[in-house]
Amino acid sequence: MSTDVLLHAKGVGKSFGGFTALAEIDIDLRPGERLGLIGPNGSGKSTFVNCISGDFAQHEGTVTLAGHSLNGLKPHRRARLGLARTFQLPQPFNSLSVLENVRVPLLFSGHAADATERAMACLEQVEMADKAQKLPKELTQVEQRRLELARAIALNPRLLIADEAMAGLSNAEVDQIIALLFKLNQAGAAIIMIEHIMRAVTAFSERLVVFVAGRKIADGIPRDVLALEEVEGAYLGKQ
Amino acid sequence: MTPNLRFWLGAALLALVLFLSLRLLGNDYAYFAGYFVLQYVVLASAWNILGGYAGYVNFGAAGFMAAGAYAAIVLRQALGLELLPGILFAALVAGLLGLGTGYLTLRLRGVYFSIATLCLAVVLQTLVVNWDYVGGSRGAYIVHPRDIPPFTSYAEYLFVVMLVLAILAAGIGRAVERSSLGRGLQAIRDNERAAEAVGVPTLRLKLVATTLCGALMGVAGAPLPYYSGYLNPEAAFSLAYAVNAIAMPLIGGAGTWAGPVIGAVLLASLQQAATVTISSALNLWIVGWMLVIFVALAPKGILGWFRRRP
Repeated sequence: MSTDVLLHAKGVGKSFGGFTALAEIDIDLRPGERLGLIGPNGSGKSTFVNCISGDFAQHEGTVTLAGHSLNGLKPHRRARLGLARTFQLPQPFNSLSVLENVRVPLLFSGHAADATERAMACLEQVEMADKAQKLPKELTQVEQRRLELARAIALNPRLLIADEAMAGLSNAEVDQIIALLFKLNQAGAAIIMIEHIMRAVTAFSERLVVFVAGRKIADGIPRDVLALEEVEGAYLGKQ
Repeated sequence: MTPNLRFWLGAALLALVLFLSLRLLGNDYAYFAGYFVLQYVVLASAWNILGGYAGYVNFGAAGFMAAGAYAAIVLRQALGLELLPGILFAALVAGLLGLGTGYLTLRLRGVYFSIATLCLAVVLQTLVVNWDYVGGSRGAYIVHPRDIPPFTSYAEYLFVVMLVLAILAAGIGRAVERSSLGRGLQAIRDNERAAEAVGVPTLRLKLVATTLCGALMGVAGAPLPYYSGYLNPEAAFSLAYAVNAIAMPLIGGAGTWAGPVIGAVLLASLQQAATVTISSALNLWIVGWMLVIFVALAPKGILGWFRRRP
């Protein structure tokens, strides 16, 4: 494994009973890289993300982050190694204010003393500082997405997995989230974007991986990958 | 003056006023009634740490409380030690019981966790019923000294002990609420998966909560045999403790340190009044109706009602 690999996934496989959701997935990600992960519904994208983030234990293969093995680590230990994620549906802490939502990761990552200042800085990055005292239920859909990103930023991530972070947003809102992800990427975080909105994926990603039926069928620069016949056939519906 | 100092000074002043008021009354019944209310302040504050902050509903409060009561009895039988060491021993025993229970059950969530805690109480009761050393099903007698100087009576002594414990329990609840532990538990209650994903060590925090919750419930139970002079399994594992431990924080406002205190004072006073004026058989009936009323009209309890946003 090269030393300039941030995430190294080798032979990752996951089954649910007799159903194989993922098989023999190999993916390497460089620090600061922007990777788009696409595939039809049920292709294993979210299962892969859940294996990386620790929500699921993979049955096969190994995963390392910056040289640290993630196998068997709880999600919170992975978060402390610099792995942050957002969810398909925003999952805020509903009884806590926006500010407290962002303070939570800071309290458990050695920044309890200046958690409030740092949380406000994260909210400023996502242009949510003026909503700091609101409750999540008072936020719009796009604001909830921004809150998720602020919470991820608070972890100072080396790798952010944005799992359909733009689902249900308008075109203008999609552009806002893409701009935020670019900003985060420029700050040094590698990003895996899982998305069905092809415009967003192609605008953001410098590399594209395609999953179909739990297997990786393509990996390369977006223009080349999207031109592959297998990808067109499997993902875009052409025979 | 810092908020912490203000809290402790306020609590000490309130305790002094209560103590002096009851001494002026000069009636042992007032001390026993005060003890009854204060034991529920401790029990409700304890339940709130796991149930209110973390959202894990513990139906086994009676089990932990009885563990504390029987720990005090065992210590007295074995070493002849009285109430104060008994309280410390009860905290240790019930705290360890909480830790063990948490370790075995915290991978369960929702109603499954609640049923597991209920089962714990049943298992403990079965053990105690068959344990002759603590009196088995016959129960155990505690003959306490008539007076403990400088207190005017044993009832006054018990009241003061429980008053101190109630203040400590409320103070611990308040400290938890304001700490990283409290924030972590609130995050767990709102969304455990998201909490874990942002670095909250959920299992560890829950174990701390179950240990603390168990220890405080044990503390609430330790003086029980001294209060009644006799303890049998039926009384120690009474359903009333389990129901009140849940109802009081819910009615006062779960997830805040003050909510359980308000709920306990309100509900326990009502029950005490009903016991004296009508019958103790009405107690659970009162709790039931209060719960129904609050769930319908103020689901976030009394504090939630006043803190409602426009």
